[in-house]
Amino acid sequence: MSKLLTGAEIVFKCLEDQDVEYIFGYPGGAVLPIYDELKNHQTIKHILVRHEQGAGHAAEGYARSSGKPGVVLVTSGPGATNVVTALTDAYMDSVPLVCISGQVPTHLIGTDAFQECDTTGITRPCTKHNWLVKDVKDLAKTIHEAFRVATTGRPGPVLIDIPKDIQFAKSNYLKPKKQKIYNGKSHNKFLSSEIDELINLISKAKKPVIYSGGGVINSGPKASDSLREFVRLIGFPITSTLQGLGAFPGEDNQFIGMLGMHGTYEANNAMHDCDLLINIGARFDDRITGKIDEFSPKSKKIHIDIDPSSINKIIKVDLAIVGDVNEVLKAVIKKINTKQNGLKTSNKQNISKWWEQIQKWRTKDSLGFINSNKTIKPQHAVKRLYELTKNQDTFITTEVGQHQMWAAQHYKFNKPNRWMTSGGLGTMGYGLPAAVGVQIAHPDKLVIDIAGEASVLMTMQEMSTAVQYNLPIKIFVLNNQYMGMVRQWQELLHEKNYSESYSEALPDFVKLAEAYGCKGIKADNPNELDDKIKEMVNHNGPVIFDCQVDPNENCFPMIPSGKPHNQMILGPKDKDENKITGKGKALV
Amino acid sequence: MSNPKSAYSIPTKKGKLDTHIFVVWVDNEAGVLARVVGLFSGRGYNIESLAVAEVDATKNISRITIVTTGTPQVIDQIKLQLKKLVPVHKVADFRREDKKVIFKEMALLKVVGKKKKIEKCLKACKSFNPVILDKTKQSVVIQITALRREIDKMSKKLKPLGLTSTSRTGAIAMTRGSEIFK
Repeated sequence: MSKLLTGAEIVFKCLEDQDVEYIFGYPGGAVLPIYDELKNHQTIKHILVRHEQGAGHAAEGYARSSGKPGVVLVTSGPGATNVVTALTDAYMDSVPLVCISGQVPTHLIGTDAFQECDTTGITRPCTKHNWLVKDVKDLAKTIHEAFRVATTGRPGPVLIDIPKDIQFAKSNYLKPKKQKIYNGKSHNKFLSSEIDELINLISKAKKPVIYSGGGVINSGPKASDSLREFVRLIGFPITSTLQGLGAFPGEDNQFIGMLGMHGTYEANNAMHDCDLLINIGARFDDRITGKIDEFSPKSKKIHIDIDPSSINKIIKVDLAIVGDVNEVLKAVIKKINTKQNGLKTSNKQNISKWWEQIQKWRTKDSLGFINSNKTIKPQHAVKRLYELTKNQDTFITTEVGQHQMWAAQHYKFNKPNRWMTSGGLGTMGYGLPAAVGVQIAHPDKLVIDIAGEASVLMTMQEMSTAVQYNLPIKIFVLNNQYMGMVRQWQELLHEKNYSESYSEALPDFVKLAEAYGCKGIKADNPNELDDKIKEMVNHNGPVIFDCQVDPNENCFPMIPSGKPHNQMILGPKDKDENKITGKGKALV
Repeated sequence: MSNPKSAYSIPTKKGKLDTHIFVVWVDNEAGVLARVVGLFSGRGYNIESLAVAEVDATKNISRITIVTTGTPQVIDQIKLQLKKLVPVHKVADFRREDKKVIFKEMALLKVVGKKKKIEKCLKACKSFNPVILDKTKQSVVIQITALRREIDKMSKKLKPLGLTSTSRTGAIAMTRGSEIFK
């Protein structure tokens, strides 16, 4: 008989066998046995955060940038409740997280013990699955299963709640079982007839558009390669969701920009007017579709997704292919290439008129803005940041709001896994801790959090984590003193009643940086912007960059939701600007 | 909303609602019912009735029967979402009008009153397999099995005859013939 191990030892054995290198966590009474065991496992490094939400977002950043699941370790009660926002965020954006939480000893469960909460009850709707381990014999099996659930199919967060007595109790360790189809929940059984139908629709299309999403990123870097090959092969224009940026090169001529609420004029018009829409790993989110009834009214719709419940959830499609994006695309490419008289040439002629139309839309320059030599325009700041960092492999995280949209619009991503942002849940305070996680996964790369001053203050405490582990993250704050997106909506839709959207008494970010023991830089003049960005990039250590931007700038273009894609509001540069009036106002 | 200034999106027109019966085979483990029910409440689906019990003690399988209403799109979603739950093995979904499926509910009815009224009650229940479970001089407890709407009707009918208490199960379902759902 093999040696009996304590629950805490089993936890680490499992993590080792799952090739975990980093845990993001915060200790507390109910996880002390696990923390006690940490010292005996050299291959696993613990990153001490300053708030459990930070641990969750850091693990998300780690997971999104590396493709490996992020591991979080928190205590019972407040430790678990603090991580709920991050779990929900990961659930919405399909990020694989494994969260281990301590729980009060089994005999105290249900007695309102100190730091007790119904963790599995609270996290049930925001995880793919969760477990309360009541018998140490089940522990190893449960943890291995948890990794499996988190990383297979559509990825997502899971939670394992381990009572303190189980961490002390002893049992045998079980190695992870070899791959077996988990509870019949593998979805890669698409038919070759579906591939044929897809190719048939492709060859007939005159006005096609490809709309790719975060599923391509989740399918792994190879899926991005397949996507590039596929798109170049058929010559179609491609647009991307917020989460899908980087899967196809942002600077490629076939890429027509992000779509949706703040997407480009050409992308949204192409979506509206197309006759064939190929959705690859996206989910018809409401910020993409606008008004459902008038969404892409003339098109045949194809949806490729690994999650069957994404199909026909919002938009009815004509052809659904349930499977892993990479597998499906590989099958399609193979079939196109082997077909005699492939559609390579004929199809490109078919769509040449469509490309002319797209070029016309492009001349609108919908991301344009009126620059200034007196104040820093936020769009200009992002553009300069891009120009000055594009020569190296840069990872960008963001908070949530105007700055996030400007980052998505003006920073061009040419590789997958370089862009980490909270899309589904829209969690302010995501970017800074996410940057911590990204830097852990990529210690030698440049990691920048493009932030807003309101968002970043929500998780500012994690600067302390960055300093502790010498993580040279750059916090590039577009400081407009407002909750910018709230202010924008209030300006456009609530008669400029700026109710509570102005942040009075903001901290001095330079001094704040110094207080944390890192470098602070402030810029308020466009002439000095480049030099200061260079100073930030060249500084070997964490930096908070206070970029004082024009507080009145709005993020355009914008589809007032409740409107179809072809009724966008363009920026001030556009002469026939149509202000939101009457009905439109009611519908955003 | 009277003046939805920045209501993000407006609901589109609603489709026709159908009544469906879902039969869900799940691992009989802690919290599994909460997962299923939480899915319904969390996504705004409706539960008309619910019946659940273990059906296979060796394999540890419970069978949950849920009656719900929704547009075809919603019904589809319910099925796909249920299938995503880790402890769910399989999901069957039947239209209430489906002739190939038997639906039954059971009710216990307590009638308090004089002999004459009680007899009237029993007579009224005749076509719903009445079983007398308890009888005293002033009361009777009757068990009937029937369809939901039949039981609805019966409770209405028996009210003036002294029906004082009703207890009902949710609907359970089984396909007719030799076929089993895979």
